Amino acid sequence: MEKKSISRRRFIKTASAAAAAAGTAQIFAPAILKAQQQPIKIGHLVPLTGFLSPMGDFASKAGKLAIEEINAAGGVLGRKLETIVDDETNPGVGVQKATKMIQQDKVDFLLGTVSSAVALAVMDVAERYQKIFFNTGSNSDQIRGEKCNYYTFCTEASNTQYVKAIGRYLLKNKNYKTFYILTSDYAFGHDLTRVTRRLLNELGGKEIGHDLVPTGTADYSSFLLKVRNAKPEVIFCNVAGSDQTTFLKQYTEFGLKIDVAGGVTDTVLMWNTGKDTAQGVWTVIWWGDLNNEYTKRFVTTYRQKYGQPPENQAWGDYTSIKVLAEAIKMAGTTDSKKVAEALEKVKFDGGKGRELYYRTYDHQLMQPMYVVDIKKTGNKDQWDIFNVVGEVPNKDESLEVIASTKEENTCNMKRG
Amino acid sequence: MDLTTFLQFFINGIVLGAIYVLLAIGLSIIFGMIGIVNLTHGILYMLGAYATVTLAPYIGFFPNLIISPLLVALLGMAVEAAFLRQIYKGDPALGLLFTFGLAMFLEQVVRAAWGPQGIPFQIPDVLRGAIAAGPVIYSKYRYFIGLCSILVITGLWLFLEKTPYGMIIRAGSHDPDMVRVLGISLKPVFTAVFGLGVALAAVSGVLASPLAGVEPAMGTNTGTFAFVVVVIGGLGSFWGSVIAGLMVGEVESFCIFFWPPMADASKFALMIAILLLRPRGLLGRRWERFE
Repeated sequence: MEKKSISRRRFIKTASAAAAAAGTAQIFAPAILKAQQQPIKIGHLVPLTGFLSPMGDFASKAGKLAIEEINAAGGVLGRKLETIVDDETNPGVGVQKATKMIQQDKVDFLLGTVSSAVALAVMDVAERYQKIFFNTGSNSDQIRGEKCNYYTFCTEASNTQYVKAIGRYLLKNKNYKTFYILTSDYAFGHDLTRVTRRLLNELGGKEIGHDLVPTGTADYSSFLLKVRNAKPEVIFCNVAGSDQTTFLKQYTEFGLKIDVAGGVTDTVLMWNTGKDTAQGVWTVIWWGDLNNEYTKRFVTTYRQKYGQPPENQAWGDYTSIKVLAEAIKMAGTTDSKKVAEALEKVKFDGGKGRELYYRTYDHQLMQPMYVVDIKKTGNKDQWDIFNVVGEVPNKDESLEVIASTKEENTCNMKRG
Repeated sequence: MDLTTFLQFFINGIVLGAIYVLLAIGLSIIFGMIGIVNLTHGILYMLGAYATVTLAPYIGFFPNLIISPLLVALLGMAVEAAFLRQIYKGDPALGLLFTFGLAMFLEQVVRAAWGPQGIPFQIPDVLRGAIAAGPVIYSKYRYFIGLCSILVITGLWLFLEKTPYGMIIRAGSHDPDMVRVLGISLKPVFTAVFGLGVALAAVSGVLASPLAGVEPAMGTNTGTFAFVVVVIGGLGSFWGSVIAGLMVGEVESFCIFFWPPMADASKFALMIAILLLRPRGLLGRRWERFE
């Protein structure tokens, strides 16, 4: 199958070159036209089941919206965009699905994933088949560190970016000395807690307790009893997905008087928790109340279409597809290698008030992060749940100050 | 581990176990009577929770303890009468396959009807916060769960042991043919038992709705844990499920104290240990019908 497709593509290339050279385009016109009409395909992996599924729905809907907007504006290189959406499930199945998308569906690019474990597996597939993979929702530093590769671009921020952002806030505003850390027991959580410990060093904080929590844990009561007995000043909550909702509900249930902070949250998790029960300071990558054109337009169109505002995962997938389309235009081809070169040069407005770009060193998007706490009063509606208490870095600083340094997270990518 | 800590984790284990007991007894009763391993159990637990969050704005939380299980029971009875009844005579694997398929179908229906995201839902005001009993500070709502479970379990036991209907159910689960010979039609009994079993799943769903995230995936793990409890207790045994549920709750609670990453695995380790020592489960009897 694979071989056949390459030879067909070569044939078209040769044919078009011949046509141009001979100036007898009419003869070959039908073939060229057909090639142009074929859509550019993107394999979109999103979590539709399991503890990360609250984000998956936003990812797939936002992807659809981006595609519709691009196609309505005439597509890319005269071709329409098309996504093939599938459930990322787990690393094993994720690899199968990514491989199937490339081999059978003939996708030109891969995009998506929220689970870091799945992203780490899928990026290998991307490298093997030399197709660009846009990571839109996986945070683990490894993805842009020891496992980084030329074909993987991260719109999602790394755990380091998240934690350095909240770290700054805590350093300035709180003087916590004793921490209890709860960690999701998989790739994301382990990595996040590794980075959190680095932060504790800087803050001069002490880790007086740490528990690994199985993903999908339905009951936190025993963990909460342990935390209460340990009497920390703050619980640093590094659990992911719907586990965050469960944790906060039960935290409130037990009436604990300990502060909550967390390296990473997704807006939908706090929506699911509700403003009365939600707690703590967290970092988010994007938030729908940011005051800029891009954000306002995105929130309005998404809300019109789906009857609900988008959350940060929607932003990730929407923005990635828009940037990808931009890069394909710049490269003038869908060849991943050329598009990757374009992506390293592209600078764009992603609704975060600054010019964003992918760092050549590790293909991580350089971007500001937002530290938020829970808006308890004066909410416009159920979705109005955050107060932005800090944008990191400051407007006059380089975006790279919160990114991982080469020493913290070394990426030796083989170019091309 | 001092005494206070021990007591806290012990009480917590009982309450954790109570929810498992409710789930497991329902599963066990259905199997004992009808001989079907009901793989929709976790999903019906989820439906109990969804019914609660949907109805609570109109009728408040507490009436849901009765109304939601009734609604889920009606659905269960309709399924029994329309489909399950057709396959009792066939291969037992048919029942397994049917309920497996139905579980997936219902989960997607919930996804389509209520959306894939969770629904925020809180503990009713009167039960919020914690109360201190001596040195032990524990959540009010969890005490409430414990109390409800005791009431339901006692009520159910009295029903099965002391009423004529209970007698028919117990007799029917041992020797259905003899019950038929005595002139009692088992068809409506089967329907009622299935309804009763799934109502128990729904009750635990109602009780869990303010604690866990109410979302389409909430039943998947829970259903599995209910099976573990039933297998440990012995299929079809009432007190087996009670003891096993409490054991699993305690093992989980203390495991989180000593070795949290193993919290989920501990339940299965207990099951494996019991199966090796006593394959039919703690209080399981031999079931001639199924051998």
